[in-house]
Amino acid sequence: MDILVLVKHVPDTETRVKVAPGGTSLDLGEANFVVSPYDEYAVEAALQLKEKQGSATITVLTVGTDEAVKSIRQALAMGADKGVLCGDPSFEGSDAGGTARILAAAIKKAPFDIIFCGKHGVGDDNQQVGSLVAALLGIPAVTVVTSIDYSEAGLVRCHREVEGGVEVVKTPLPCVITCQKGLNEPRYPSLKGIMAAKKKEVVNYKAADLGIDPAQAGKAGAAFEIKGYELPPPRPEGRMLGGEVADQVNELLRLLHDEAKVI
Amino acid sequence: MKTLVFVEQRDGKVKKASLEALSVGRALCDATSGALAAVVLGQGVSAIAEVAGKYGAETMYIGDDAIFAAYSTDSYGLGVGKAAQVFGADVLLFSATAMGKDLAPRVAARLEIGLLSDVTSYAVENGGATYRRPVYSGKAYAAAAPKAGKSYAVTLRPNVFAATESPRPHQVIKLENAVAASDVKAVVESLLASKEGLLDVAEADIIVSGGRGMKGPENYKILEDLAKPLGGAVGASRAAVDAGWIGHEHQVGQTGKVVSPTLYIACGISGAIQHLAGMSTSKVIVAINKDPEAPIFKLATYGIVGDLFDVVPKMTEAVKALKARG
Ligand SMILES: Cc1cc2nc3c(=O)[nH]c(=O)nc-3n(C[C@H](O)[C@H](O)[C@H](O)COP(=O)(O)OP(=O)(O)OC[C@H]3O[C@@H](n4cnc5c(N)ncnc54)[C@H](O)[C@@H]3O)c2cc1C
Ligand SMILES: Nc1ncnc2c1ncn2[C@@H]1O[C@H](COP(=O)(O)O)[C@@H](O)[C@H]1O
Repeated sequence: MDILVLVKHVPDTETRVKVAPGGTSLDLGEANFVVSPYDEYAVEAALQLKEKQGSATITVLTVGTDEAVKSIRQALAMGADKGVLCGDPSFEGSDAGGTARILAAAIKKAPFDIIFCGKHGVGDDNQQVGSLVAALLGIPAVTVVTSIDYSEAGLVRCHREVEGGVEVVKTPLPCVITCQKGLNEPRYPSLKGIMAAKKKEVVNYKAADLGIDPAQAGKAGAAFEIKGYELPPPRPEGRMLGGEVADQVNELLRLLHDEAKVI
Repeated sequence: MKTLVFVEQRDGKVKKASLEALSVGRALCDATSGALAAVVLGQGVSAIAEVAGKYGAETMYIGDDAIFAAYSTDSYGLGVGKAAQVFGADVLLFSATAMGKDLAPRVAARLEIGLLSDVTSYAVENGGATYRRPVYSGKAYAAAAPKAGKSYAVTLRPNVFAATESPRPHQVIKLENAVAASDVKAVVESLLASKEGLLDVAEADIIVSGGRGMKGPENYKILEDLAKPLGGAVGASRAAVDAGWIGHEHQVGQTGKVVSPTLYIACGISGAIQHLAGMSTSKVIVAINKDPEAPIFKLATYGIVGDLFDVVPKMTEAVKALKARG
């Protein structure tokens, strides 16, 4: 069985964001880059499926710069088998559509049975790439998945989170599954895993290897032009309520009802 | 701009977020001398044309068919794609609901157009729109404009835009045979409702949220008791979810749900950066925490330094008394 995992290399969630001078890019300071948190669920889902299957090959794919190999190695250390870095100067600044076109081209180079990715990539917060890749490959996607049942051959039955409930979705393989918190508990790499990961193969695909027209990727291929970034407006100064608890509560209700008019 | 809004319904009832999307569509069309259409898919949903007309749609594409009875990405993707093609849409609007977020990329891929997620505001200048959307869960906002002459799709964050009536005479166009059964690969077999009577945080106007300060799962009852008379939902920090006190569907934050209710009441939540990212756009924030130095107070509209086990039950009594007075 060939299992694919799409992993994005992102600034960790502690990162404080500033707007860079000029206003058209963000200053992430000394941000520490990691595997996007939801993609850890995707890697874990792949590892658990491989364990169930007995034998399978897990390939991790990333669109990013050479730096992003760090996240590929992290997934390899968790237990994935091979890495693919889609890294080309013309890919930088790709939007979700461009990233999906690159990933789909890389995926088409080899057979696959199932593709796991994250529900969304932290930072850009697009929640698009998994669905777009599926559409480009002409296969179904099940998004925001919190459980997967493999008990029937050739198909999967997933729980996906919707407002106020859970949809049970049945889909034939191959398909894309976008992983949500709750699906599993991602394992930590063992020391042995970290050592082994250093020796695992990571191939690098350039635009030409994938037949990607530079006009279809990077900023040139993006559907929208980023005009600028801003920080959220500061919230108005708050008010601390003093006195005994009964007074605090009465004052709070008065403020919520009469001043803010929200209850 | 010819603008098409996907109108989401469940059991024949239009989602509030779709009325918001229709209102945005109406305003975009008014600013650009555009035409507004809506598409609704389902079974027994023809009456929804009236609702869409009331909120400004001039043309309604209705797919009233057994194949649309339950949502599926495949069938709805084809249905909306067909409506967009028939109408010749330049702009497609979806709500960033569970359904909208699942559907919009499928439609965008089919139409080979770009998609901008989770838009929270827009401006129209010289006939073109610029959209703002949060990145890094709202730690910053990006302004993005579609490239000239390109059609595009947008998902709009629920609860941000007003739903305003703006009635228009409208024509109804039936979408026939948009989808064949063989087109549908992934099927929704059933919908399991979550715990009865509790609203989802993503849809609630009021959220009462509890963190590690709740001390244990049994204490979430006191938050439910406050949420009920307020008509609100119960939220949680990741610390509480990871401790197993409450389901992850309640988690608010960068790796939970990003919410912007009118009122967010944070009880026993310190205000870590990842939590703030999920709720900092709430209109009014109340913080109840026994530590006066807790970072949550920096964001709070109203703060109470105190023991939540003392404050929250008293609030519940006071809210009940207020509601009883009417
Ligand atoms: C990758 C990553 C993603 C994350 N994503 C999220 C996310 O999506 N959402 C999220 O919430 N967190 C997230 N976190 C975790 C975040 O960093 C914090 O650990 C978490 O938010 C803390 O939860 P808390 O405020 O409930 O707990 P604490 O920080 O422990 O705060 C508990 C608070 O309760 C107060 N308290 C205690 N007892 C009482 C009482 N009786 N009355 C009143 N107050 C009391 C204390 O003073 C304290 O301020 C993430 C972390 C990482 C690394
Ligand atoms: N540059 C990338 N390389 C590999 N996978 C990606 C990349 N961007 C997004 N993905 C995958 O798509 C998911 C959704 O990302 P997004 O649509 O950006 O929110 C992520 O969780 C990843 O699994």
